[in-house]
Amino acid sequence: MNLIAQLEAEQVAALGKDIPDFKAGDTIRVGYKVTEGTRSRVQNYEGVCIARKNGKGVAGSFTVRKISFGEGVERVFPLHSTNVDSITVVRRGRVRRAKLYYLRSRRGKSARIAEDTTYKPLKG
Amino acid sequence: MRSGIIAKKVGMTRLFMEDGKAVPVTVLQLDALQVVAQRTSDKDGYTAVQLGAGTAKTKRTSQAMRGHFAAAKVAPKRKVAEFRVSEENLINVGEEISAEHYLAGQKVDVSGTSIGKGFQGAMKRHNFGGLRATHGVSISHRSHGSTGQCQDPGKVFKGKKMAGHMGAARVTTQNLEVVKTDLDRGLIMIKGAVPGSKGGWVTVKDAVKKKLPDGVPFPAALKSAATEAPAAEAPAEGGEA
Repeated sequence: MNLIAQLEAEQVAALGKDIPDFKAGDTIRVGYKVTEGTRSRVQNYEGVCIARKNGKGVAGSFTVRKISFGEGVERVFPLHSTNVDSITVVRRGRVRRAKLYYLRSRRGKSARIAEDTTYKPLKG
Repeated sequence: MRSGIIAKKVGMTRLFMEDGKAVPVTVLQLDALQVVAQRTSDKDGYTAVQLGAGTAKTKRTSQAMRGHFAAAKVAPKRKVAEFRVSEENLINVGEEISAEHYLAGQKVDVSGTSIGKGFQGAMKRHNFGGLRATHGVSISHRSHGSTGQCQDPGKVFKGKKMAGHMGAARVTTQNLEVVKTDLDRGLIMIKGAVPGSKGGWVTVKDAVKKKLPDGVPFPAALKSAATEAPAAEAPAEGGEA
């Protein structure tokens, strides 16, 4: 393992994030730490994960899309950010793409994702 | 004025801070960084330390350099560089400098040889705008355009920005922040990008345009001082008991 990979692996271990197994198409809820003045609280953001990028390492991120007041909203979260408090999988979706950018041009019925009823948790 | 260091660029990564910020950092590594020679005002007319870093094979080191390293009683080095220091900050020959030479939060200037780009046009090399896409422009959309005036002066002025060789030149990036140091592995993490390619040698100096913070080690953070200190403590404890 080269030094950079080693440093990144150490940082992932040190951050100690409990990241569930999820992929594009899954509906997830992200607890995001928001600081207002001196007070900080956790804000939930729920939507469909439409992309995961740069793997599971320290550089990894994912995009969550939701429809808020009739307007499509997308947010990108770094997987290991200290601002991401929790990630929970709400629903498993069955999709045939790794990146669901086609959802951007869809509305309503055609933007639905079928539920994956055959999901098997990863071993170990 | 204290000595700088020679370091090897390992690569870039990111660090997540407690406040949620992600900081892009370049990782630099100190590899057997030792003082090879001193320049003194008596002998050379100025004061400086010559540092060497890395390890070179003896058989690939020239006879002259072998003699130079032998005089300093250090192993042959891959990279040798001189740093001007003031008289009181001279370091003894053979001393090894550690990563604690810089403090987290300190600003430094980093110099290195930039990545070579080959022969490049004026647009990439000097940020020229090029010519228009339409309106009669043919074949010369990325050209530099006019290079001067008319019969008077009747020549192109020297230093005119044109296409040519780009990169592979010495570049200094000023006022970069030291984010973290790792003494055991000899790592220095610097915020942002540093000139040169991975595996390339760079020199790091205290920023000339910023004030030096308090608590910076003088004349340098030496490995011998670090090993002596615990050794000095141990007998003292023994004496009390």
